[in-house]
Amino acid sequence: MASHHYTSTAKALHWLMAALLFGLLALGFYMHDLPLSPEKLQLYSWHKWAGVSAFLLVLFRLLWRVTHRPPALPETMPKLVQFAAHAGHFGLYVLMIAIPLSGWLMSSAKGFQTVWFGVLPIPDLLDKNKEVGDLLQTVHMSLNLLFIAVLAGHIGAALKHHFVDKDDILIRMAPRHSKEK
Amino acid sequence: MKRLALALAFATLIPAAHAVEYTQIQPDKSAINFVYKQMGVAVDGKFKKFSSTLNFDPAKPAAAKASFDVELASVDTGAPEGDQEVAGKPWFNTKVFPSAKFVSGTVKPLGGNKYEVAGQLSIKGKTQDVVVPATFTAQGNTGIFDGSFTIRRADFSIGEGSWAKFDIVANDVQIKFRITASTK
Repeated sequence: MASHHYTSTAKALHWLMAALLFGLLALGFYMHDLPLSPEKLQLYSWHKWAGVSAFLLVLFRLLWRVTHRPPALPETMPKLVQFAAHAGHFGLYVLMIAIPLSGWLMSSAKGFQTVWFGVLPIPDLLDKNKEVGDLLQTVHMSLNLLFIAVLAGHIGAALKHHFVDKDDILIRMAPRHSKEK
Repeated sequence: MKRLALALAFATLIPAAHAVEYTQIQPDKSAINFVYKQMGVAVDGKFKKFSSTLNFDPAKPAAAKASFDVELASVDTGAPEGDQEVAGKPWFNTKVFPSAKFVSGTVKPLGGNKYEVAGQLSIKGKTQDVVVPATFTAQGNTGIFDGSFTIRRADFSIGEGSWAKFDIVANDVQIKFRITASTK
């Protein structure tokens, strides 16, 4: 009954990205309010490197997702709730793509090219333009606030499944839950 | 005789060759930009205000003179908080040292439209000898000088204290200029 469980690759990607994205969110909010200092510039670079990494991970994750069907939702879930669950996951994927893209474009428009780990330059798609840069900063920020909202729903739903519905929705994503059970 | 004939021929071809002196800088067609590296990433900046004097006659390049006075508070580092930061004490300290000055010394023609301008650059109370390669392109009664040279910010104590290390902001800063000047 392998179809009841996620593959270990899917689980690894889920938890690796969860850690990475929480780190990116926290770093993003923290660094933004810092006064200008060498540390601030360093943190911005790290945030951008981590953001590019997260973007590559989500691409790989999407590829994995379309080639490895995830387990179905429990029959006991009402159709409307099932739809909400799928819509929520879809929204998370859209945001995981859109947020790093907006960050990259914002960097270009602000005139600070993204160079992955200081080694691999990511081309600037936009020319330097203050208005566009400020607009993209608002977009990046707004998408992240939306992401936090959808994330809260995602975590809340997982906890409700576990503690209220007492089904295996949370457990089947748990690292130690082996496929062969 | 042959030489004189040749000189005469040239003189008729370029009637005003030795009378052309470029002295009037056109600020709207001139720019002083710079490129610095931040964690290995090149970032463009510029100075929005500067004044200068110039005397350049292509026929007598050795007699050419140029001086620049760059208003450091007019810096555009690429980010507003960066502009504020570099005006401060650890960087330019514009309250005490409002401008950077360049005064030309000898001008050496390198052949073609290339020149090498030796001069002295003073920033933040420190003066360094610099050699500036430049090209000159005449377009009717205006001429365009283009060039770039690299300075080390530490030579002028630009970026002290927590900025003194070069791991975040590199020591080398490339200065690029385009000066458009017309004849009187």
